[in-house]
Amino acid sequence: MSGATGLAGIYVPGSSPLHRLPVGVKLLGLAVCCTVLVLLRSPWAMGAAALVTAGLYALSGVGAAAAWAQIRPVRWFAVALFAVQWVMAGLPTAAMLTSRLVLAVALAALVTLTTRTSAMLATLERGLRPARRLGVDPFRLSLLLSLTIRTVPVMAGLAVRVREAQRARGVEWSLRAFAVPLVVSALRHADALGEALSARGLDD
Amino acid sequence: MIDLADVHVRLGQRDVLRGITATLAERRIGVAGANGSGKSTLARLFNGLALPSSGTVTVLGEDTRRHAARIRRRVGFLFTDPDAQIVMPTVAEDVAFSLRRHKLPAAEVTRRVSAVLARYGLDGHADHPAHQLSGGQKQLLALCSVLVLEPEILIMDEPTTLLDLRHSRLVAEVLRELPMQVIVVTHDLPLLDGFDRVLVLDEGRIVADATPESALGHYRKLMA
Repeated sequence: MSGATGLAGIYVPGSSPLHRLPVGVKLLGLAVCCTVLVLLRSPWAMGAAALVTAGLYALSGVGAAAAWAQIRPVRWFAVALFAVQWVMAGLPTAAMLTSRLVLAVALAALVTLTTRTSAMLATLERGLRPARRLGVDPFRLSLLLSLTIRTVPVMAGLAVRVREAQRARGVEWSLRAFAVPLVVSALRHADALGEALSARGLDD
Repeated sequence: MIDLADVHVRLGQRDVLRGITATLAERRIGVAGANGSGKSTLARLFNGLALPSSGTVTVLGEDTRRHAARIRRRVGFLFTDPDAQIVMPTVAEDVAFSLRRHKLPAAEVTRRVSAVLARYGLDGHADHPAHQLSGGQKQLLALCSVLVLEPEILIMDEPTTLLDLRHSRLVAEVLRELPMQVIVVTHDLPLLDGFDRVLVLDEGRIVADATPESALGHYRKLMA
């Protein structure tokens, strides 16, 4: 469940300059940094980018554990990418491409580590206001995203419970015995969530 | 105040509630009854989450059939399972979420959220992931998310079913101090100590409507 937990509880409280920056500025900065990473051609420049990224993490004060937790999910992908690129295009290209990917992930993670989900969603809602003319309801869209984020640990918890119930009954592995109760539980949760949203006045 | 006039609820082929008539004006009202007796459906009638098949439910002077959404803004509802009520990743964000449609200034939202979290002992958890709280803390968070809207009536549907003894006691203490009218559906009979009135349901009908001692005595006989 650690991945699920990480996704839903990614924000690290703090009062660093990065925490205080407006979300729009952080997102714009992330876009600029990722573009610069793509344009870098020299290993020295990439090394400097790595130092800048490390410096930003130090400035944010989120801690090494939180930083590593963001990079960890892509570690095997990065190793595989490095190996394939080394074979196909040589060591310098493999090193540049892999560094670019890892730094882009680290920078994106830094934005989420220093930004509350609600602030991110409020910015998204504001950004989507012009889309009202096309029939898009920004509030509903941001609600959908927040529910998606919130549902990840709930679904992971349901899966663990179903798996434990299976094992308790002596079934080590059965796709049907796993999927059916999981789908039923997920639908029940969706019903209850819908009712709870109505009860909180979000049904109009 | 809630008025029920000859309320019937039919779900599929089953009559869940049959001819309920009552005026609920007391400050603390309990509802007890066996599983499947219609308690939760009755609770859902009080804020328009369920509508009567026939008869009328009037809450704070408004008919739930015509003004359900408006009534829900005045009547808070606490469910059994807090996991189904928490929609935002962190504690403070979830409480603030309740206020989103009120378009309050950010400073006022922060003030109200901080006040309600402090009141119920969750201020130290404001930035914690909501799903990592204990069951009791989650139920308190769900309660905070309802109370931040300052409802005029609060409905609680089996609020202590998933809680341990300590957290059940905590909910009971919180309940005693709430300023608004509270209607609690529960199997946890000690929770109804000191209540003004208790209704006992059996097979969709009110079979006892009295003080807790008298009504729960009837309920115990019914369950014997």
